[in-house]
Amino acid sequence: MTQRVANRHAFSVNGGAVRWLTPRRAMTLGLIALTLVLGKYGGDLAKALDMRWLVKFPSAWTVPFKSQITVAMKWLVEDAHVGPLAFTDLTRAIAWLIEQPYQFMVSFLAKGFWAGQGAAATEILPAASWIAVIVAVIALGHYCRDWGLATLAGGCFLYLAAFGQWDSAMVTLASVAIAVPIGAGGGLLVGIWAYRHPVGERILSPMLDLMQTVPVFAYLVPILFMFGFGPVSALIATIIYATPPMIRVTTLALKGVDPEIVDFGRMAGTTPRQLIWRVLVPSAAKSIMIGVNQVIMLTLNMVIIASMIGAGGLGFDVLAALRRLDIGAGFEAGLAIVVLAIAVDRISQAFAQQAGQAPTVPAGQGWIRRHRRMVLVLVVLVVAWLLGRLVPALKDYPEAQTLTTGAFWSEVVRYLNINYFDSFEAIKVAFLTWFMLPVKQMALGIPWPWAIAMLVLLGWRAGGARLAVLCGTLSGLILLAGLWPKAMITVYLCGASVILATVIGVPLGVVAALSRRGGQVIGVVIDTLQTLPSFVYLIPVVMLFRVGDFTAMVAIVLYALAPAVRYAAHGVRNVSQDLIEAGTVSGCSKWQLLRLIRLPMALPEILLGINQTIMLALSMLVITALVGTRDLGQEVYIALTKADTGRGLVAGLAIAFIAIIADRLVSAAARGARIRFGLESPS
Amino acid sequence: MVMKSKVLGLAVASFVLAAPLIAEVESNDPIRLTLHDWSGQLINTKIMGAILQQAGYNVEFVQADYIAQFAGLKTGDLHVAMEIWETTGREALDEATATGQVVNVGETGMSAIEEWWYPMYMKERCPGLPDWQALKDCAEEFATLETAPMGRYVGGPVTWGGFDEERVEALELDFEVVHAGTDAALFAELESAYQRQDPIILWIYVPHWAPAKYDGEFVEFPPYSAECYSDPSVGVNPEMAYDCGKPRGPIWKAAWAGVQEKWPGAYDIIANYTVNNDEMSAMVAKADLEGVDIDDVVASWMTDNKDRWSGWVGQ
Repeated sequence: MTQRVANRHAFSVNGGAVRWLTPRRAMTLGLIALTLVLGKYGGDLAKALDMRWLVKFPSAWTVPFKSQITVAMKWLVEDAHVGPLAFTDLTRAIAWLIEQPYQFMVSFLAKGFWAGQGAAATEILPAASWIAVIVAVIALGHYCRDWGLATLAGGCFLYLAAFGQWDSAMVTLASVAIAVPIGAGGGLLVGIWAYRHPVGERILSPMLDLMQTVPVFAYLVPILFMFGFGPVSALIATIIYATPPMIRVTTLALKGVDPEIVDFGRMAGTTPRQLIWRVLVPSAAKSIMIGVNQVIMLTLNMVIIASMIGAGGLGFDVLAALRRLDIGAGFEAGLAIVVLAIAVDRISQAFAQQAGQAPTVPAGQGWIRRHRRMVLVLVVLVVAWLLGRLVPALKDYPEAQTLTTGAFWSEVVRYLNINYFDSFEAIKVAFLTWFMLPVKQMALGIPWPWAIAMLVLLGWRAGGARLAVLCGTLSGLILLAGLWPKAMITVYLCGASVILATVIGVPLGVVAALSRRGGQVIGVVIDTLQTLPSFVYLIPVVMLFRVGDFTAMVAIVLYALAPAVRYAAHGVRNVSQDLIEAGTVSGCSKWQLLRLIRLPMALPEILLGINQTIMLALSMLVITALVGTRDLGQEVYIALTKADTGRGLVAGLAIAFIAIIADRLVSAAARGARIRFGLESPS
Repeated sequence: MVMKSKVLGLAVASFVLAAPLIAEVESNDPIRLTLHDWSGQLINTKIMGAILQQAGYNVEFVQADYIAQFAGLKTGDLHVAMEIWETTGREALDEATATGQVVNVGETGMSAIEEWWYPMYMKERCPGLPDWQALKDCAEEFATLETAPMGRYVGGPVTWGGFDEERVEALELDFEVVHAGTDAALFAELESAYQRQDPIILWIYVPHWAPAKYDGEFVEFPPYSAECYSDPSVGVNPEMAYDCGKPRGPIWKAAWAGVQEKWPGAYDIIANYTVNNDEMSAMVAKADLEGVDIDDVVASWMTDNKDRWSGWVGQ
């Protein structure tokens, strides 16, 4: 599906050119037509020729990757040794190392410090008072930028207290406070290593691809075996998922440092170590902070899944509320995650901008004067601790004062359900009959040899022999694993969602770019959709549309819309002013300006946005498995509930392979477009 | 390992110092009980924890996924799981007990019922229910646009098994089986249809809050027998298996194998503990429908049933 999207786009670009039906184009068109025909009649054809294996890969030809991986994993967990140490002792030691600071943070923010274990424990020191934490956040906001940010961050945290989400939010914050430094710090070191050793980067790149695209559910079981049960395993899964962007951004940022600065550093006689830490990293600090920001957002994205293996916190509240169908409570806990994400995100961005500037602290004053805010926070913390024994409201936010809007949200869904269900049903049926089912039939009908051949051809056209081999190998592996039909359902579901997300998202992006106010509104909606855990709206969507593929598609589109909008807006905004002027001078109307100049020039960016949309759509598959799809995501989910390591990893890898093929093809197409418009030189 | 023995040493030391107070408790280390994400299990586990505490044991509750918890039970990171349903967890439990690291501590006294279920207003539209034969005549009453003229039956997640496709075929019912991916999605379907009084028939299990909130009944299929599932000739359809209802099975307690050595007294209490479906359903309804805090529900059970649990501790 994706390749066809890419093709169609590449096609529409030069649609206005004088002679568009070159022999090469004619051949492309012919192949697309043939694929469509094969998709529709492939099954009948195979039956007529008595070659069923064309559409249904015989199970005798599959390779039992699943059981091989399960056996290997078992060996690793039970028998493997590193020197005298068992492998699991090593992983348990790592878990212990991470657990110590985590326990400290949880105690400090949420649970208090206790002596002894379990129920026999006595409290030594209660957790930091909610007032102290809010004051600390306000102070941090003020330090990083100004009173505006301080108010925003303080308001966010006050919301958590007022809506009764404080304790869970602090548990979640504690895991963010541990996962982010490890992810960001580790990512920075690995990124630097990759920058210094180009070979390392080449080895690392496919690993990062896998870390980002294999669904977490797929490796949850082995992680539990290795690192033990509880929050630490959740933290490790989070770190695996959230670190890759940091590594990528670091390497890119270091490469982007002005060569003159590097030369200057060398001339000043720095050692390699000094060059990195004193010259390169500070110069690239601003870009590197974007990576940190990504780590924070992805960590908060993982909150729900982490809570399934014992992380607790807000994610658990969302899950538990939806289990008892308390939509309002689930929505409130979900919004608390959004609010937390906004506060942490804005502060970290401000911190990043500030880090680029020279320190403004006037020298020569006393320590207390230079650290006024920190002193204030410490004083509030201690005072709240001391007085908390007498006035409980200082320690914990009084329960009687909490607000709730839970009933309102449940009522909204109820109202929509009772009054508008028939309209929803009509929309759904129309989509299913005219859009989804034909796409599904097509995806399942194309004979696999033809599909693989087309992928190879597409890879060859877009990126040469190397990409062709990659496409062939990865799709061949999926076939050999016996997952072809499930992979095609995946392609269908994601493809349909991506098409819809593009159709909705790109126009929204254009509006956002051309109108300032529209841009602001769209920005807020998109931000919320991306940080609100998809679980929160999954259940209301089920109530309105019933379980099935359409519900899954709605959930995927809602989640994956964001990059399509953002990249399109970015692309349209950044079209060179000279070109626009040239267009205006030659008498283009506003509409022509958009159609002939802005959109074509923004095409590479739009393609990158679609690429990201595909990635997000694939990452939603595992979540939509929870509303009853029958694709690779479901396979991963089944494997998880049966604790079948091999099955889960193989299905997870198949999803990753689809993601990698799509990514490489679309990136290659985007690069081709940039070269055609002279934005990049072919090398 | 060195670390561990040191901790153990400390624990033993404190044990000796505090000996007169907790004389009958074998170890002061906390017993870790797992909590999942449905209220019945939380209540069940918290009651068990409260009883163990009354007996002097140190307990700790750990949040864990229903199936993923077996990884922890095998390694001894987790110790007790209070609700393993015959119907949904048997496979995982058998796999775990086969390793020798997990033991089945016996039945909780609750019995899981899983079957096709419909809201009462459907009885008017399909007279003859709850007898399953009625479904043959009014499948169309349960149809939706997508499935018409077949009826639409919402089954549980694929992982629950249940053989509903086979049942539909063997009993010659004109129904299409649609799988919900999770039980949240399953009940979302019910809530949605119930609000509109629309047709629905779906997989419901008890103990659960749903039968307390929604008025309805289970379909009465020919009763389950092991032969009915395995032998085609048994049952109403002589040619096919699965021509009967679903099995009803106990809900099991499971524990890490080491519990028996480390806290033999606690192990016995856990083995003695039983509750029944009715009292559990009442407690679940209290928590989920009336919004009573789970800890309060547990506390009132503890005061009301003091003699019962004292007996388990004393045995």
